[in-house]
Amino acid sequence: MPAYSVKVNGQIHQVDVLPDTPLLWVLRDNLKLTGTKFGCGVAQCGACTVFMDGNALRSCSLPVSALGTSEITTIEGVAGKEAEAVQKAWVALDVPQCGYCQSGQIMSAVALLKEVPKPTDRDIDLAMNGNICRCATYVRIRAGIHDAAKSLEG
Amino acid sequence: MTIHDKTLSRRSILKGTAGLVVAFYLPKAAKAQSGAAQGFTPATGPANFAPNAFIRVAGDNTVTVVSKHIEMGQGTYTGLTVIVAEELDADWSQMRVEGAPSDAKLYNNLAFGPIQGTGGSSAMANSYEQLRKAGATARAMLVQAAANSWNVPAADITVTNGVLKHAGSNHEGKFGEFADAAAKLPVPANVQLKDPAKFTLIGKDGVVKKLDVKSKTNGSAQYTIDIHAPNMLTVVVAHPPRFGAKVASVDDSETRKIAGVVDVKTLPSGVAVYADGMWPAIKGRAALKITWDDSAAEKRGTPELLQEYRALAQKPGTVAGSHGDAEAAFANAGKVIEAEFVFPYLAHAPMEPLDGYIEWDGQQALARYGCQFQTFDHGSIAGVLGLKPEQVKIDMLYAGGSFGRRAQTTSHLAAELAEAAKAIGPGKPVKLVWTREDDIRGGYYRPMVLHRMRGAVKDGKIVGWTDRVVGQSIMKGSPLEVMIKDGVDPTSVEGSKELPYDVADFHCDLHTTDVAVPVLWWRSVGHTHTGYAVECFVDELLQAEGKDPVAGRLEMMSKQPRAAGVLRAVAELAKWTGPAPGNGRARGVAVVESFDSFIAQIAEVSIGENGEPRVHKVWCAVDCGVAINPSLIRAQMEGGIGFGIGHILFGEVPIAQGAVVPKNFDTYRSLRINEMPEIEITILKSSEKPTGVGEPGVPPIGPAVANAMAALGLQRPRQLPMVRGAVS
Repeated sequence: MPAYSVKVNGQIHQVDVLPDTPLLWVLRDNLKLTGTKFGCGVAQCGACTVFMDGNALRSCSLPVSALGTSEITTIEGVAGKEAEAVQKAWVALDVPQCGYCQSGQIMSAVALLKEVPKPTDRDIDLAMNGNICRCATYVRIRAGIHDAAKSLEG
Repeated sequence: MTIHDKTLSRRSILKGTAGLVVAFYLPKAAKAQSGAAQGFTPATGPANFAPNAFIRVAGDNTVTVVSKHIEMGQGTYTGLTVIVAEELDADWSQMRVEGAPSDAKLYNNLAFGPIQGTGGSSAMANSYEQLRKAGATARAMLVQAAANSWNVPAADITVTNGVLKHAGSNHEGKFGEFADAAAKLPVPANVQLKDPAKFTLIGKDGVVKKLDVKSKTNGSAQYTIDIHAPNMLTVVVAHPPRFGAKVASVDDSETRKIAGVVDVKTLPSGVAVYADGMWPAIKGRAALKITWDDSAAEKRGTPELLQEYRALAQKPGTVAGSHGDAEAAFANAGKVIEAEFVFPYLAHAPMEPLDGYIEWDGQQALARYGCQFQTFDHGSIAGVLGLKPEQVKIDMLYAGGSFGRRAQTTSHLAAELAEAAKAIGPGKPVKLVWTREDDIRGGYYRPMVLHRMRGAVKDGKIVGWTDRVVGQSIMKGSPLEVMIKDGVDPTSVEGSKELPYDVADFHCDLHTTDVAVPVLWWRSVGHTHTGYAVECFVDELLQAEGKDPVAGRLEMMSKQPRAAGVLRAVAELAKWTGPAPGNGRARGVAVVESFDSFIAQIAEVSIGENGEPRVHKVWCAVDCGVAINPSLIRAQMEGGIGFGIGHILFGEVPIAQGAVVPKNFDTYRSLRINEMPEIEITILKSSEKPTGVGEPGVPPIGPAVANAMAALGLQRPRQLPMVRGAVS
């Protein structure tokens, strides 16, 4: 099997996998970064959301061979004021229920706040509607994003 | 799910699916017990003091509650811990929680008899007295240990926020200091429970944070799918495309060429591919060439079933509930209204698909997964591996949702897991993972159901009502079949075999159909369809009489004070003035009792630009007895409403000639954030015993939305989902 060099959360790893292996399974099975979740495998649910060079991406649908020199950030490595604000708001509002989709929700929410510091409900709809939560924690996700945005205003 | 039907009390012996023999009985009233057990050894970790199976106090002052109920999003870990912390007078920051191992002697669900398992929204209801007593017992022993140490009367010691104090002697100490001494004391038989008026945690808003939230916001929470172990093999199984089909032949030559594939084995449930990771397993499965033997398979599709169900609905069924003389009422009625409601098969689709991990060395087996029905699964694993029950251990992990899917009466997942381990041989840890396609296409759906309703109206009153239900039984063919009485599976007609309304002449009967599509309880079970049928139909009859949906219902609820209470409360919350507030929007109402909790909801709806119903806002009133944790109750109402809306709008598993049509979330549409309404909730104050909230938020929302659509001048949808064929 070919060897690929992947940069994840600031560290470079060498992995021997099939070229069409989705980044999701490289993260989970090879690097044991299991915070990024498998939900559908077809980029429909967003549970596998990570950052590629800072942009939110569904890792289940990106083959490792297409990664090139891009830098990947997962829930384990996400940092910065937006991430802190989102995670804090999630805890304050008791957002998660089963919790399984929340890594993906948080990654999408952080990506939104980096782009749009003060999102409207419409902005939230557009940025977050690729992330399914079967527990339907959407009311608190929305409130959490608004609270995080407020806290970032200083 | 409902296996706590109070009408059942007889003791029965039943045989499980894989050789498990258990005594299954349902006590008339769940009897509280202290849980004090001889020879109990803590599940894991350090414990200086373990007064019973539920509480461990360590020298570092941490108090760990052993939860007998699975945490699958409904908040049990936090809710159960609150009960113990309350009676212990502990500080919330010292509380921890972990899942109980499978051990029905210690951890049985008191609502299920000697069965360990979670379901029927029973976790808080069956644990409340048990854990209060467990907590109070631990407190009494810690106090006694302190009294002995300080040489003061126990009665003079106070406990606040985890600190024991004796004011007179100025002594002060924490739980950890007395854990060793307390462990040597006899367990008191009877302890005084706290006066509810002095509760500082139970029923209080904002004083406790959920225990599992932090790990669920930084990726560190461990689910079954996250397990990695040395030499572990990942297994995916190719299941037959038609229910009831068997493997005829397998050509695995292409599969075995894929790097990372380790082996291929045929199991009773399909063909298993073993690999060193998920991707080669998925690829390997796709490369299998399997010929299926369809001779015993189900070949009917949902259109054929609907035709058959409609024909059955013309004939009398097995009586489920009856009073008065419905036929006479119809003969003398001023007006007769008829309606047919059709409900599709629904998948649960929890975010974490079914999965399990097992280690087996030929002598002992350890399974670790989001196990919801321990006692059934335990017997199933032991049976498959030819082990004695004591040679099998199950660790209960977080489950990424369930909605009923993991509460398997047939233990099919546990059996497949054990079969996968058995086929590859001892000494090879196996992680079995279902993909989303396996999940959507794998059956165990909410049954497809048809209701044929007739209502008789005379002099402004509903005088007669009949409801003929047609659908599969959930319990038939499972170890719970014993609960089918006189041909009626109680879960088929719960919510329709009797009405919350005063109707003099009433009749409900049932046709149980025989279809090879496996069915299972699905968040709120029978109420998912009976709630819709009854609440749409009563609304339609009231509309025909020209009555207000709220006032009209209340007139008929003389024997239902708690249901009437939530209905009044939700009307007040929404400032109800009738179904038509204007602006292209309308409001609908519904009230449903399920699992002994009472929920009323009002939905404000318009038709969106895309032609689909759009739910803007939902008001919800809940009476679940003592409200243990208001934030968790609101969370379950919010989630239940969203889960309900997603399925009444979009949820459907059509079957074509025996093959399931949808595959994944692209074809089994799920509610998304842009479709979630605003929600306002009121929790009624009550001193009644606490009842569940995991499921009861679901049933009223569908009919509330449908009734709003009627107020918009559209018909109440007779066939669900409301948006049909929305996904190609």
